[in-house]
Amino acid sequence: MSDWIEIGTLNDIPKLGARVVTAKENDIAVFRTAEDKIFAVKDECPHKQGPLSQGIVHGNKVACPLHDWKIQLDSGVAVAPDEGCTATYPIKMEGDKIMLSLVPNEGCPNN
Amino acid sequence: MKEKLVVIGNGMAGMRTVEELLKIAPDLYEITVFGEEPYGNYNRIMLSPVLAGEKTIDEIMLNDLQWYDDNNIKLEKGKKIVDIDRKARTVTADDGTTAEYDRLLIATGSKPFIIPLPGHDLPGVIAFRDIADVDKMLDAAQNKKNAIVIGGGLLGLEAANGLMQQGMNVKVVHIMDTLMERQLDEPAAKMLRKSLEERGMQFLMGAQTESIQGDGKVEKVCFKDGSSVDADIVVMAVGIRPNIELAEKVGIHCERGIVVNDTMQTFDPRVYSVGECVQHRNETYGLVAPLFEMGKVCANHLAQYGIGRYEGSVTSTKLKVTGIDLFSAGNFTGDENTESLVFQDAAQGVYRKLIVQDNKIKGTVMYGDTIDGTWYFDLMRDGTDITDFRSTILFGQAHLGDSGHGDDNRVVAMSDSAEICGCNGVCKGDIVNAITEKKLFTLDDVRAHTKASSSCGSCTALVEALIAHTVGGDYSVAPHLKPMCQCTEHTHDEIRKAIRDNELKSIPAAQKFLEWKTPDGCPKCRTAMNYYMVCQWPDLHSADDSQSRFINERAHANIQKDGTYSVIPRMWGGGTTPTELRAIADVADKFKVKTVHVTGGQRIGLYGLKKDELPVIWKDLNDAGMVSGHAYGKALRTVKTCVGKEWCRFGTQDSTHMGIELEKLSWGSWMPHKFKMAASGCPRNCAEATIKDFGVVCVDSGYELHVGGNGGIKVRATDFLCAVTTEEEVLEYSAAYMQLYREEAHYLERTAPWIERVGLTHIKDNIVDNAENRKALAERFIYSQKFMQDDPWEARAKGAEQHEFTAIKQLNA
Repeated sequence: MSDWIEIGTLNDIPKLGARVVTAKENDIAVFRTAEDKIFAVKDECPHKQGPLSQGIVHGNKVACPLHDWKIQLDSGVAVAPDEGCTATYPIKMEGDKIMLSLVPNEGCPNN
Repeated sequence: MKEKLVVIGNGMAGMRTVEELLKIAPDLYEITVFGEEPYGNYNRIMLSPVLAGEKTIDEIMLNDLQWYDDNNIKLEKGKKIVDIDRKARTVTADDGTTAEYDRLLIATGSKPFIIPLPGHDLPGVIAFRDIADVDKMLDAAQNKKNAIVIGGGLLGLEAANGLMQQGMNVKVVHIMDTLMERQLDEPAAKMLRKSLEERGMQFLMGAQTESIQGDGKVEKVCFKDGSSVDADIVVMAVGIRPNIELAEKVGIHCERGIVVNDTMQTFDPRVYSVGECVQHRNETYGLVAPLFEMGKVCANHLAQYGIGRYEGSVTSTKLKVTGIDLFSAGNFTGDENTESLVFQDAAQGVYRKLIVQDNKIKGTVMYGDTIDGTWYFDLMRDGTDITDFRSTILFGQAHLGDSGHGDDNRVVAMSDSAEICGCNGVCKGDIVNAITEKKLFTLDDVRAHTKASSSCGSCTALVEALIAHTVGGDYSVAPHLKPMCQCTEHTHDEIRKAIRDNELKSIPAAQKFLEWKTPDGCPKCRTAMNYYMVCQWPDLHSADDSQSRFINERAHANIQKDGTYSVIPRMWGGGTTPTELRAIADVADKFKVKTVHVTGGQRIGLYGLKKDELPVIWKDLNDAGMVSGHAYGKALRTVKTCVGKEWCRFGTQDSTHMGIELEKLSWGSWMPHKFKMAASGCPRNCAEATIKDFGVVCVDSGYELHVGGNGGIKVRATDFLCAVTTEEEVLEYSAAYMQLYREEAHYLERTAPWIERVGLTHIKDNIVDNAENRKALAERFIYSQKFMQDDPWEARAKGAEQHEFTAIKQLNA
């Protein structure tokens, strides 16, 4: 059902960093962890819509640059005690290429 | 199969340990808890307010039965363990229940000490230790009149107050001449006695009880001098003893308490112990803060992490009698080697005493107004040298005067809708609800859940007061030396030292060497360590990790609430030219800048810019000769100046030129926090140099140098460092001062708190009184600046770090 879009290669994103995909509905932040895992998350913190792509990546989490909420990259869920959730998007790797689907994963009511 | 953990004792220490354990290793053990009382776990220190009718049992429950279910903990309530077979590793309860263990935790707490007087076993003689005791007292208060409380210590007075609130006629019998002699000196004890007497409490001081008499129940208490008083109940509250009966019986080494090492292990390595039953480094504790510290360490070892040591606690005491504020900590009586600082205002009911030795606080007693107790306690625990503020220390730190709080609100009298944290808009009611509903005990917990005190921190004292008021006792459990963050046990100072001494030249290298607990740190430690790397290894480009910089320093612009950025070009010493102004105006037009604003640091800011526009804007500004103003960084911000003697009829020196020279010297240098300077042309001080991190006030004979000012959250006027006569000296002293700050302050510590921590004397010793050291510091600063003074805008306008400013893919179609 989902259309995969090639957005770039692994090396386009710095380790422990993020890049933005500008899409029609909203921007999507694409993260790369220390272990080269790639995650795609709506570029909006559930708290006050801060751009998560600008945050500091640590483990499988990112800290929002505005008020330091920590968001889990795999689920989009805020780390307790904060409560909230932001949409995540399917990602798959084809060799070095990063493929993104614009249909958000299910599970987060905040799609 | 899971290992088995058995906990003996369902009290605060045991359950706190289990909670800590579940946080870090939720699936490691199958847990069984034995408790003598037929309840879940409750906050024992809040029994006094229950007795006084201010709280209900439900309100002081910490873990209800559902909690045990939810966490798969088997609770054997109402069962007392009577034997441990350490060979077979089983425990046996009084009803015959047995359980096997791989690890055993003994948390049996303490027992009230009952003086073995004749008649001590008569019905109507009650201890004050658990819910059953409180029930007995409440029951007695229904239909009986006279209560005698034996013991004028903390516990006795709280019991007496409670019984009085319940309508009984209460006399306190105390063997000493003053109340609470273990926590209070004579003047404070007198004030306490006076206010308790005003409420109707009666005292029999210096009274030696001989016997309790009665026919089948308590009727009177008799004294050695032959006198006696009528009594319907007698509450025995003379102290507690560690409950070591069981441990002693099964051969675990005990002295006054169960002897444990720094990992809370007893002499049997499978058996741990925490709480009031333990004896650690020859100390036993009867307060709650140490229990929590022990619990954390013990859980860590039970979880097989093997880090963290309990090194003992410094404790403080508060009396939980509503309307009476009293605080005591450390050595409060003093001796021939100590000095006393005393403030006493009998009419206002205020008394403060500090015991000082070698200009360090050794103890304190406070009565009446105790809001500064936490501050004194911190100074005492940290061993801070108070020389520089000794003359004003008794007047307190006055957190309540910080911006955003008004100055004479008192936390208890505030309404629920009163705002406590002005940064995050958190009201008193929100905090109190969170504390009760989510069972929060520590400042860190309250910060995490409510955000109160988590931004600027100026309301910390208020939040601490609310915690103390809501859950009772003093919960400042912060360890003596605070770890940098949750990823490590090491302090800022230890980490800097390790980086320097072991030549650790990258964050991963330092994390590996210092055995970091997380794979790649957290935003707190990564940003701090990145600064420490840049400061220690200025000439090593690879030491600086841009992904460990906060976004503002990574993108060289300040992120705004809507995700746009601001651009503020440097204006040396606050001066500008028509060409520069035209360039700014052109940029504002070209990029349709929403807001143009003159900043507090004499510059012009452009707001609302999209990130991908930044490099182009920077290029336009660069072309007009302007460079980055670093308004986004933990760095030298601005040097504010007045026009000085070039124009002003009062000017004594060329302060504008001085300011420009200072800015040329210091721009681009990364600091622990933002750093602001100013140069005023005369003592009228129009550039407000005395609230800057480094301020120069020109006088006819030269330049006065001022340090450690701050105009922000907590206004602090500068300290006077020294006076010099030439511009060259100003530059050398300022470079040395900045380098000392860069090398010694903790990341995110402004110069004001840094100076209060290390003392002005330390700064003077390093800079004013030691010319050689001053020159060396200044040289290190100038060396570092060789690598730092590189306009980040220019590089990026030319294409550096392009990935930072462009989308990886645009799917706008």
